[in-house]
Amino acid sequence: MITFLTFKIILVALVFVITLLVAAYSTYAERKVAAFLQDRIGPNRAGPFGILQPLADGLKFIMKEEIIPVVSNKFLFILGPCIAMMTALMAGVLIPWGGTLTIGGETYALQIAELDNGILYVFAVVSIGVYGIMIGGWASNNKFSLLGAIRASAQMISYEIAMGLSIIALVAITGTLSLSEISAQQAGGTGGDWNFWNVVYHPLGCLIFIICAFAECNRTPFDLPECETELVGGYHTEYSSMKLGFYLFAEYINMFISSAVISTLYFGGYNFPFMNDLGLDQNMITIIGTVVMFAKVAFFIFFFMWIRWTIPRFRYDQLMNLGWKILIPLAVANVFITVASYLIFK
Amino acid sequence: MENPNLAEYLPIALMFIFALGFVVTTMIATHVLGPKRKSKIKLDTFECGIESKGNARIPFNIKYFLVAILFVLFDVEVIFMYPWAVNFKSLHWEGFIQMTVFISLLLVGFFYILKKGALKWEE
Amino acid sequence: MTLNLFYFLSFLAVLSALMVVFSKNPVYSVLYLIITFFTIAGHYILLDAQFLAVVHVIVYAGAIMVLFLYVIMLLNLNRESEPHKSNILKFAAVICAGLLLVVLVGSLKGTEAIVQQSGKAGIGYVKTLGEVMFKEFLLPFEITSILLLAAMVGAVMLGKSEKTNDTI
Repeated sequence: MITFLTFKIILVALVFVITLLVAAYSTYAERKVAAFLQDRIGPNRAGPFGILQPLADGLKFIMKEEIIPVVSNKFLFILGPCIAMMTALMAGVLIPWGGTLTIGGETYALQIAELDNGILYVFAVVSIGVYGIMIGGWASNNKFSLLGAIRASAQMISYEIAMGLSIIALVAITGTLSLSEISAQQAGGTGGDWNFWNVVYHPLGCLIFIICAFAECNRTPFDLPECETELVGGYHTEYSSMKLGFYLFAEYINMFISSAVISTLYFGGYNFPFMNDLGLDQNMITIIGTVVMFAKVAFFIFFFMWIRWTIPRFRYDQLMNLGWKILIPLAVANVFITVASYLIFK
Repeated sequence: MENPNLAEYLPIALMFIFALGFVVTTMIATHVLGPKRKSKIKLDTFECGIESKGNARIPFNIKYFLVAILFVLFDVEVIFMYPWAVNFKSLHWEGFIQMTVFISLLLVGFFYILKKGALKWEE
Repeated sequence: MTLNLFYFLSFLAVLSALMVVFSKNPVYSVLYLIITFFTIAGHYILLDAQFLAVVHVIVYAGAIMVLFLYVIMLLNLNRESEPHKSNILKFAAVICAGLLLVVLVGSLKGTEAIVQQSGKAGIGYVKTLGEVMFKEFLLPFEITSILLLAAMVGAVMLGKSEKTNDTI
């Protein structure tokens, strides 16, 4: 029990630090990717190639003056970004980062907690994330913030439905809600245990899920809540110092976690092709698997950025039409097609 | 009364404590470290440089409210589908028909909403 | 351990429920209500009803409370326009709540017999729950969708009846 507990504490600390690091370096990567796509250089002053830029940014956020408008509701104004940050940090608890490690005869899974209904836990955390934006935007008592907050919450709840529906087909075929089991089912090799990634069986579901993930993270082309051309800064117009930092940081953490969830559900998670045929021992497979998992996550983070600098923002009615009139019927159709074809052809 | 699954929630609680600690410490740190030079205009709400008129406690479009109600209803329907999806392989065609009945009623409601123009944002 | 957790969660639940009633600001009331829902989800976990716990958070804390928050934001919350409740109204509210309490206590007293006979292992898991729902309780399940359909129609009727242009 004691070794189990120490292992969990180490794992929690590790995941926590890695989440923050990845989020911090995503800001750097975002600027570098933007620079690359626009044929610029990007940040290159702080340290070699500017790799110390995130640290400088973080320090600057902390050292800035904290401005709380007099007409705002002070407590809720501070609470908003805290909720956003907390929910972002809590979402990554159930993701399996790797297989199992065997150290001294004991087996440890590289996953903080394993629950019977892992996907639903992630959805629960996502659904709580709306409050951070809503409360922050409302408490600012600024018209731009209010508009941004209302837009953001309406957008997030609309896409939550399509997101929930897009998963159903996957759950029906895998027969489980547990993220680690879904990962394990995609373990590949030749011969008897030949398995494809889930994206092969659920291409439409995967596409809908990715679109909804973009909308839930408020990333372009779904960044209407903070579109600077109309709403100044959207829900965080009035925010400064680390409170603004929390909102921006939460967005990057959400991006990281969604990338991890997308890779786990549809792209094999920590599994890699022919993993059981190379004759490696279990610990080695786990270590390579974790590296592969992070490579997939890195790819999806890059994908998020690539889309951001490629596709322009939607108009609000287009956004709502896409969410309600296109994605929801498509997701329902996806459930029926997948389930019926399973029953007919299996 | 002892519940074996409770141990799985321990790391989640641990993560919660970590996250809470981080958030609170950073908030206090930024409050202590940052400069404090307040002035009346600085603490006013931002309104593109012009003097701010009134406040933001204003009513907004009822459409948002409608979206929230419909979200609650659809959310419940989606939740109902999860137990079905997990048991789908054992329920087989029988389950398929049960879910078809359930979803077709949902779709009737959905098309009613579309027909009535409740989700029409263009106007 | 479990018992201590139960006492802690119950204490939190009762405290935040009281705060819902006593907060002056309706937004605070909503936030306390969310905390109450979380503690109730905690109770479900203690009872090994994991699916119910997570669904409780998604539906109550994540969906219905968003709706509540919308309604409160939709109201004019300027300090001067805060509604003054007369004593008669308060008195009526107390009586109504008291009657509701009587009904709840009365209905819960009869459930002891049911609690003792349901001993199925792992009932809290989504798999077992689904089996029970789609085998024994199929008709109520299908009727639920009619109920939701009626709610949808009602929501659309409510939302469409008002035609005002002076909002944002």
